[in-house]
Amino acid sequence: MLSYFINGISLGSVYAIIALGYTMVYGIAKMLNFAHGDVIMIGGYMAFCSTAYLGWPAIPSVLFAILVCTVLGVIIEKLAYKPLRDASSLAVLITAIGVSYFLQNAALLIWSSNPKAFPNMVKFPNLVIGDIQISSVAIVTIIACIIIMIVLTLFTTKTKMGKAMRAVSEDKGAAQLMGINVNATISMTFAIGSGLAAIAGVLLCSAYPTLMPTTGAMPGIKAFTAAVFGGIGSIPGAMLGGILLGIIEIFAKAYISTQLSDAIVFAVLIIVLIVKPTGLLGKKISEKV
Amino acid sequence: MSNKDIKLVQLPSPNFVPERDRDKPLMLEVSHLGIDFGGLTAVNEFNIGISPTEIAGLIGPNGAGKTTVFNLLTKVYEPTRGTILLDGKDTHGMNTIQVNQAGIARTFQNIRLFDKLTVEDNVKIGLHNSIKYHMPTGVFRLPKYWREEKKAHERALELLSIFDMQDMAGYIAGSLPYGAQRRLEIVRALATGPKLLLLDEPAAGMNPSETSELMENIEKIRDEFKIAILLIEHDMNLVMGVCESIAVLNFGEIIAKGTPAEIQNNPKVIEAYLGADEESSN
Repeated sequence: MLSYFINGISLGSVYAIIALGYTMVYGIAKMLNFAHGDVIMIGGYMAFCSTAYLGWPAIPSVLFAILVCTVLGVIIEKLAYKPLRDASSLAVLITAIGVSYFLQNAALLIWSSNPKAFPNMVKFPNLVIGDIQISSVAIVTIIACIIIMIVLTLFTTKTKMGKAMRAVSEDKGAAQLMGINVNATISMTFAIGSGLAAIAGVLLCSAYPTLMPTTGAMPGIKAFTAAVFGGIGSIPGAMLGGILLGIIEIFAKAYISTQLSDAIVFAVLIIVLIVKPTGLLGKKISEKV
Repeated sequence: MSNKDIKLVQLPSPNFVPERDRDKPLMLEVSHLGIDFGGLTAVNEFNIGISPTEIAGLIGPNGAGKTTVFNLLTKVYEPTRGTILLDGKDTHGMNTIQVNQAGIARTFQNIRLFDKLTVEDNVKIGLHNSIKYHMPTGVFRLPKYWREEKKAHERALELLSIFDMQDMAGYIAGSLPYGAQRRLEIVRALATGPKLLLLDEPAAGMNPSETSELMENIEKIRDEFKIAILLIEHDMNLVMGVCESIAVLNFGEIIAKGTPAEIQNNPKVIEAYLGADEESSN
């Protein structure tokens, strides 16, 4: 029971880190970046290549994955989304799906469809309390998630870049007239989101050590669900949504049915959205008329 | 000094400025400014010169193009024709951010604060470009971060104290009363360190006592910050009471310029506001 709970939090932490990327980009650029899941996959491959082929130790290879994904995120934004800044949100959404397929197929060309066995990056022994065993990967994941949450919250509320991000999220025009570089702020958001995706990719592949070009797709969708579940645009919402989603999934797998677990997860999402359409911590949108 | 004693003098260029600024170069010199939206000419042949410490007013009937002029000056719209010289520098090719950094700040007709942020954070967004640290410094909260944020905090409170708003620093901007939101917008604009402040209907929705307080504050801001102010306003008490020179816009063109007294008696202005007198024109 307790070990399910901890596994749930651990899986949920990965969803939460991915969901942060969705929610920040949505909050600031007002777009759904469906290629986010595939950035996770690229992050996984980068960490895989640097350890398996180059023999790098864990920390440098994670940093390398973060660096590549951050640059990739900024490039995707510049090439694919920035030209569509004033286009309809539907056009941007379709472009995002296009970028997603592009990344998957590029990965297919480079690494082929054969699953790669992801090397074990967390070399601590598992934690044993009584007869419960908690995997070291789960512990590292949860700790990483907590640190990211704290740093990100402090960053968005206490630094000038964070304030600029929130200003851009509220009113791009007014922010620009106050001298804030909206394009640079959006780029920075993509950079942070993609960097987080790389971390999520490494953690995800450490817990489920098979790596394929489609690895990022399902967690990406689920993390998007988590972001909506918690209230898209809200950072604590993404965190809460991710963790709850992870717990629900693990418990559904353990007690109800492994095959039906995804269906149950999405059913919960539908029920939450019927009861509270803005998500758990979603912002109430009321316009003065 | 009351604005009733102001004398406008003509410069070698076709601009009039308050006598005390006679020998200073103009802060804003706009000539032949115009913009077309498709076939519609919204602003045409807009000329104005504002001296470095002048409080100027821009008035005109609804739809005359006053806010469009502000949008042209701040490059929300790119002008179709004409030049804008800010402190002698041509703003051609600059975007809104660069114009802001060059020294034009503004407020909005319909308040555009960052409603969900605190009062202090709204001011700090105005200070954004004067806070100097980079992202890693912010993430790891290095000493420079604390130094710069402390400076920004003090500066924000100092700016808020112009309007006695320092006690409201922690409030959420959207929760402030209407008059306070208007004042906060002015503080936020001042935080960007402008040389020219554009106020778009600063007294809209204010009651008479708030308006008279605002008038004092506009003069106080000019005196303390030594900046030029151009304001759009429909409240004639405010315009006539605080502006040293007034330009009247109608159908996108300036129809009259002068001191408050001259404007009040200008037949063209009276016609624009009240319509032509049928009896006397016959």
